[in-house]
Amino acid sequence: MNPSPMIDSTSLVLLLAFSVSVLGLFVFIWSMSNGFFNTKESGSHIIFEKDEIGLVEDPATSQSSHELQDAAGKTDASLSAAELDDRLIADKSSAIPAFVCLLASVCWLIIGSAAAIVSSIKLHNPDWLVDSAWMTFGRLRTIHLNSIIYGWASMAGIGVSLWLIPRLLKTPLVGAKFVYWGAMIWHVALMCGVTAIGLGYTDGMEWLEMPWEIDIFIVIGGALMGLPLFLTLMNRKVDHLYVSVWYIGAALIWFPILFFVANIPHLYFGVQGAAMNWWYGHNALGLWFTPIGLGAAYYFIPKVLGRPIYSYNLSLLGFWCLAFFYSQVGGHHLIGGPLPTWMVTLSIVQSVMMIIPVFAVAVNHHMTVGGNFKAVLHSPTLRFIVLGSMLYVAASIQGSLEALRSVNVITHFTHYTVAHAHLGMYGFFTMVMFGSIYFIMPRIVGWEWPHPWMISAHFWLVSVGFAIYFIGLTIGGWLQGLAMLDASKPFIDSVTVTLPYLKARSVGGSFMVLGHIIFVVHFFLISLRYGSKKEPALLIPKVNIPFIKDAKVAAKELKRG
Amino acid sequence: MAGHIDEKKLVIGALVIIAVSSLALVIMPYVQLKHIEAPAALKPYTDVQAKGRQVYMSLGCVYCHSQQPRDPKFAPADEKRGWGRASTAADYAYDQVHLLGTMRTGPDLLNIGARQPSQDWHLGHLYQPRAYMPGSIMPAFPFLFIERKGAAKPGDVVVNLPPDYKKPGITIVATTDAVNLVEYLKSLDRTYPIKKTIAESLTTDKPAAAAK
Repeated sequence: MNPSPMIDSTSLVLLLAFSVSVLGLFVFIWSMSNGFFNTKESGSHIIFEKDEIGLVEDPATSQSSHELQDAAGKTDASLSAAELDDRLIADKSSAIPAFVCLLASVCWLIIGSAAAIVSSIKLHNPDWLVDSAWMTFGRLRTIHLNSIIYGWASMAGIGVSLWLIPRLLKTPLVGAKFVYWGAMIWHVALMCGVTAIGLGYTDGMEWLEMPWEIDIFIVIGGALMGLPLFLTLMNRKVDHLYVSVWYIGAALIWFPILFFVANIPHLYFGVQGAAMNWWYGHNALGLWFTPIGLGAAYYFIPKVLGRPIYSYNLSLLGFWCLAFFYSQVGGHHLIGGPLPTWMVTLSIVQSVMMIIPVFAVAVNHHMTVGGNFKAVLHSPTLRFIVLGSMLYVAASIQGSLEALRSVNVITHFTHYTVAHAHLGMYGFFTMVMFGSIYFIMPRIVGWEWPHPWMISAHFWLVSVGFAIYFIGLTIGGWLQGLAMLDASKPFIDSVTVTLPYLKARSVGGSFMVLGHIIFVVHFFLISLRYGSKKEPALLIPKVNIPFIKDAKVAAKELKRG
Repeated sequence: MAGHIDEKKLVIGALVIIAVSSLALVIMPYVQLKHIEAPAALKPYTDVQAKGRQVYMSLGCVYCHSQQPRDPKFAPADEKRGWGRASTAADYAYDQVHLLGTMRTGPDLLNIGARQPSQDWHLGHLYQPRAYMPGSIMPAFPFLFIERKGAAKPGDVVVNLPPDYKKPGITIVATTDAVNLVEYLKSLDRTYPIKKTIAESLTTDKPAAAAK
């Protein structure tokens, strides 16, 4: 009856956003048809030396085995001694900072997994471990989330990023000492934060539970750990920035800003706080974990195979589309909620638009791996990362569909969403991190993984476990949603229908936890250089990467160089 | 390196992206919702209720209970289950940290106070949910209660459990946290009529006074 000018201006914004998005789509199609995305681009060659293309690299395979190279095809490609030296110096410069982060990350993985499995069992055994407040579901589940997000995933992501930077820029890492300080501050803060949650001190918003006084130090720690990227950029020796640098660089800018803005106390109110909450919550995925995971995948897939990425331009377009669309999808967590309709609709539109960057990644990765699936069997790194990339595509398409109102009305408020969240954070991100760590660690410590069977056991346990977890919870969540929408059934029906699936989740989850224990034990074994001395795979003999013992010598060499 | 053009693109591009994102999902909703007034029928939380709300937050109730019945045109079951009319932004005017929730492992609680106003029920249900709702998977919260041998002392808030769950010779006494939490739950009542849209909520309740 009485249209307010505010509503008019907001519909205008929505219309504008939609037009920009559709325009973007047309530009994309136009450039595709005009051969903009040709495959002969130098950009994709940056991560290789002059004659290196064709040469496989996976330190996680045994040196005595040539199966990987055979699977990828015989080649005359080679690295010169000088090129190899450069790479060794690059690897050396990041070895200790990356190791510090990775070591911390695997410890948090164990803490987070333990909290996860207990929480999962509590959902079908609600009278188990109820005597102390810190072990109640609401707190333990939150300890799980924070340990995994800020401990395992963020730390692994930063560790992998730090290790990649010198290789991507062909420049030794500058500013390692900032990483030590940053990691220390971050970890002390995170330990305080998780303890605070256990004791019941919380800021109350999902993903932002840690008290804001502690969050200040997370921001400082995060910024310090991101600094070396920018210091190294200023000294870089390559002309182009490889696509992974775009992803990782942007993520390292975004995260401290996001986390800082989201944790400003006493500023947000009522439902506006909810809008901010999911702006943060989904951007933590979209602007932090996803770009780091994709950045790693964009390096390791071509690197292990010795084949440049299919289309460099496509990967860059994918990057900017991802950044633009993904950063506005948060409102789809509030569909049907008491928020301005324009905001929720905007997020739904952008969620659907996400199909474009996801498609760009899918095409690129598929065309790079395509015809080389045998190599995936022989490379532990690729096994994890290719699976992760495939699940990234699956999670993203599922996410776009879930944002549609007709689907959301069923899946919102159910375990279906929990399964989806784990498809992204576990199926995609965690798998990519596992693969990356298998590649990186032999280079860091100059030692082969002692027991290849442990890598296989890890892979199969987490893959099978996660399949049980995901399929079970997806079905259970869907049935839960249908039962909840049927007002003729009592609410408790929507609870009982999920029970078998919640139990399946605990079974799948146990497999995953067992896999993690094997992984972390193996991580410690390689760190201690357990087993008989072996050169890490595909590293030219006589050149070994000095680890802690020789770190000072290495640092001196770098200064002289 | 050609004046580090790529770096500039990266940094500026990343900042523009996050600025647009904040504008759409943080700043614009902030500007639009800032002037929403609390409905006259909605009272601010009392001291005890506010403390109870803190207990609700600290125990993580929000991870299983939403506080946002949906529009009957979108999801009719919400209202039919007695969870109340679709909530609007004004209903949350006093919620300094929102507790909208994203999960319904348990039912929506925005109007639990209207639906279940009994302190006895709430206290007993927190102590042992399955005594009241067979098949419930809500955790029991025994640490919010004291099991006392013998009779209650003066001032004790005694929990009256159903006969099957009573332990002979033991009195279950609620802690302050439990009592506060129940006071908060009982305060959750947004059944008053409300202006339907955000635009309407922005107009003040006292047009006559404003005209003068």
